[in-house]
Amino acid sequence: MKRVYSAAGDRIVSHDPLIVRRYGPFTRANHWLTAVSMLVLVLTGFAFFYPSLFFLTGLFGGGQIARWLHPIAGLVMAASFLILFVQLVRLNLPRREDVEWSMQIGDLLSGNENVMPPLGKYNAGQKLVFWGMAGLLAVMLVTGIMIWEEMVPLWQDRFPTLAGIPARRIAVALHALSAVLMMLLLILHVYAAIWTRGTFSAMLNGTVTGGWAYQHHRKWLRELAGRQGEGKPE
Amino acid sequence: MTDRAPQPTTAAANPPVQPLASNLLPSDVVRASAMPHITAPDRQLTKVAKLIDVSKCIGCKACQSACAEWNDTSPEIGENVGLYENPADLSSEMFTLMRYAEYENPATNELEWLIRKEGCMHCEDPGCLRACPAPGAIVQYSNGIVDFIHENCIGCGYCVTGCPFDVPRISPVKHVSTKCTLCSDRVAMGQGPACAKACPTQAITFGTKEAMIAHAEERIEDLKSRGYENAGLYDPQGVGGTHVMYVLHHADQPSLYSGLPDDPQIAPIVEDWKGPAKKVGLAAIGLAAVGAALHGIFARPLKVEPEDEEDAEGLVEAAERRAREDRA
Ligand code: HEM
Ligand code: SF4
Ligand code: SF4
Repeated sequence: MKRVYSAAGDRIVSHDPLIVRRYGPFTRANHWLTAVSMLVLVLTGFAFFYPSLFFLTGLFGGGQIARWLHPIAGLVMAASFLILFVQLVRLNLPRREDVEWSMQIGDLLSGNENVMPPLGKYNAGQKLVFWGMAGLLAVMLVTGIMIWEEMVPLWQDRFPTLAGIPARRIAVALHALSAVLMMLLLILHVYAAIWTRGTFSAMLNGTVTGGWAYQHHRKWLRELAGRQGEGKPE
Repeated sequence: MTDRAPQPTTAAANPPVQPLASNLLPSDVVRASAMPHITAPDRQLTKVAKLIDVSKCIGCKACQSACAEWNDTSPEIGENVGLYENPADLSSEMFTLMRYAEYENPATNELEWLIRKEGCMHCEDPGCLRACPAPGAIVQYSNGIVDFIHENCIGCGYCVTGCPFDVPRISPVKHVSTKCTLCSDRVAMGQGPACAKACPTQAITFGTKEAMIAHAEERIEDLKSRGYENAGLYDPQGVGGTHVMYVLHHADQPSLYSGLPDDPQIAPIVEDWKGPAKKVGLAAIGLAAVGAALHGIFARPLKVEPEDEEDAEGLVEAAERRAREDRA
């Protein structure tokens, strides 16, 4: 059975109780590095965003340090996310069932998950977070570098228009707008993980229970079981 | 107690010999960056201004030297690239720069050498101050002076994008923003700016804004009587007027003077980015967080029940069996 709904490394690790491996240690470490750099970026970035949040720079030892740290954390996050991206992109490509699932989102929110179409490893909401984060981060990386004052002298001779003040005005506004949108996605992402009980263990231990996989990602579970039956779980 | 220094009305006066106390106090701040609620000062200083009469300027750069001297800056020694500008641009070590433009006047067919002293304009509505995210890094005193307070500056460069005149420069060494202070430290002691004091032709004068406008009017009348019919005062209202003003022979075309903006304004995108949009953004984030919390409290969580675990085992068994059979 070819992998359509599952990623390399996904497998059933025990039958009684039924436990399914969802993420390997590398992916989990990668995810948490992304999350930690995101936290630093949010705390430092939003300190500059609004006067009443400036006190957040105190967490890092003051405004100068926060200003210095933020773009560095940004580069770390961008690199970390890119590595995560290549691992997750295949299963996040949109599929037909995502449309049906999205149309029935009301049922899910009101607790009737059993009428939702069965899914592979990711639902449309998770895919939205994935692609939204990827797109916004790309915008933030470019605009962030444009407004990285210390670094501007390194490239302004080659790209004088982009380094010019009118372009940087747009860049900083776009950066701030993307930051707001990214916060909305982040809230969606974290809240969905809290609301859907049993999800955190996927990113902590790397495994989920069979019931969790059955309820939320049935096609993924079925494929893993099929591969198990064929004798090639890996 | 020593007396407070008087408010200066000219740059020509010599400093007093007796010790005096500063007359530009923290309580004279009327606006400060990222501090929306400033207590109104208990006194209003007389608005001051520097008037630069380009028609009287001989381009000698005495003001530039005086500026570097007073502010103790040392611009890097550059290379001659065939221009009179030296250094090539404003920098964190050069707060004012003489700019030289050659203009062939189509009306007279004469070559005119338009020399302008560039530097901070001390806007009544300063874009730098509005853009700055660091509380108190940019302040405006009630006499109109806009000053950068280095201790509070984080070196982000937002002021660079906020300024309509491309004035602030971030020091690559100290990572703080720098610009002309209108010699706020001298003004505090009753003295006019160093550049105005050094100017040999009195092309730069300093005093109350009112007196400077009156002085400009005399100059403009004189210029007009000598054929410069478009002579006028540059005190751009788009930024609420400025506390550094120019007398221009071609006031109808400020951009002739090495790109002095014809109608400077805080860029709309800066206004939007720093304006209500931020509140909307924060409100959206807050609403999303509250909405998620409420949903978390009042809606049923997506929970996996024991029967789901059983169903899962059933599904796995069936799928495994089918795969085994297929293989066999
Ligand atoms: C991807 C790489 C990123 C780079 C290179 C970057 C760079 C920058 C820079 C240079 C600034 C100006 C302040 C400073 O110099 O420190 C800034 C501001 C900011 N950044 Fe980033 N950033 C990145 C990603 C992010 C992310 C992921 C977030 C969070 C969602 C974020 C949120 C913000 C916010 C809210 C501001 C303040 C905007 C404002 O003042 O309106 N940034 N960023
Ligand atoms: S560089 Fe300094 S003065 Fe300029 S905006 Fe940033 S904190 Fe404010
Ligand atoms: S000219 Fe630029 S730096 Fe000077 S007060 Fe105006 S906005 Fe600020």
